[in-house]
Amino acid sequence: MSKFSDKGGKEPPKVSTASLPDIVFMLLFFFMVTTVLRDAELKVAVSVPQATELTKLEQKSLVHYLYVGRPTQKYQSLYGTRPTLQLGDKISGIEDIPIFIEKHKIKVSESQHGRITSSLRVDGDVTMGIVQDIKTKLRKSNQLRVNYSAKPRQD
Amino acid sequence: MAKKSVKDRVSNEINAGSMADIAFLLLIFFLVTTTIDVDKGVLVKLPPWSDEEPDITKLNKRNVFSVLVNAQNQLLVRGEPTKVEDLKDRTKEFIANPQRREDLSESPKKAIISLKNDRGTKYKTYLEVYNEVKAAYSELWNEECQRKYGQDYSDDLPVAIRKEIRSKFPLVISEAEPTNFGEE
Repeated sequence: MSKFSDKGGKEPPKVSTASLPDIVFMLLFFFMVTTVLRDAELKVAVSVPQATELTKLEQKSLVHYLYVGRPTQKYQSLYGTRPTLQLGDKISGIEDIPIFIEKHKIKVSESQHGRITSSLRVDGDVTMGIVQDIKTKLRKSNQLRVNYSAKPRQD
Repeated sequence: MAKKSVKDRVSNEINAGSMADIAFLLLIFFLVTTTIDVDKGVLVKLPPWSDEEPDITKLNKRNVFSVLVNAQNQLLVRGEPTKVEDLKDRTKEFIANPQRREDLSESPKKAIISLKNDRGTKYKTYLEVYNEVKAAYSELWNEECQRKYGQDYSDDLPVAIRKEIRSKFPLVISEAEPTNFGEE
């Protein structure tokens, strides 16, 4: 019996941690690839309304956002309190929309141009006037796929 | 001499023990900054721009389901005040017209939903109305799909089936230029 019980049995063998960095790196790369960094700081307050007939937007690279709402407290001295449009990370006028769309189109390959979607993130309390102007501008610039961003309704 | 070279080799090895810590630090940074918010919404296809207004007066009146919203967010459906909650059922009845009534649509293919709002209408109300109309159609699609194929209408169905059902109840929403009475 004593032949098999060697002195190594007294202390348990150490678990090798040499592969730990590899595992962590794998997780790290996964998150780095899937992360979409928030591209715009919101200067307008947007609380989207609720709806039931929702479609999920696939492929974030084909979507650009138009935010509409009242400027937040920090920017009220600069832009006033009337509802305004924010494109990218700056407050813009409606006339800037065609250029904004063109800038997005350059980044997308030609074959996918028809699938570009404008996501309108509009505050629920904004009146239709400005939204209508935006819609007209989008139609005039031939950007017809529009998504009215909304939250799922909780009943 | 031989002794020294062994010592050199030992000191040349970089200690990789802290590698995991560094990687963890980066990992936690990405975990915190990641926003997994999926954007959802009501997908709409706008009509192409044309300078002349489409004339819906030419259409047969019984085929047009007009929904007007004023600046006080009140609804007028085919001339009578209605609540948003009743809109879906009324729209469904209008499109399908199960009792073959004279004043409702001739057939679902000819039905047209006409929306008109004011520039002072709240966006919330506008979207609610749009949502109800879409919900009416998707319920009709569901019913049709259940009757024929025994399952709900969804995007997972083959394109042919989806096309067939949609062509039976084509979703036609016409949006008129808004009035301007109550813009702030």
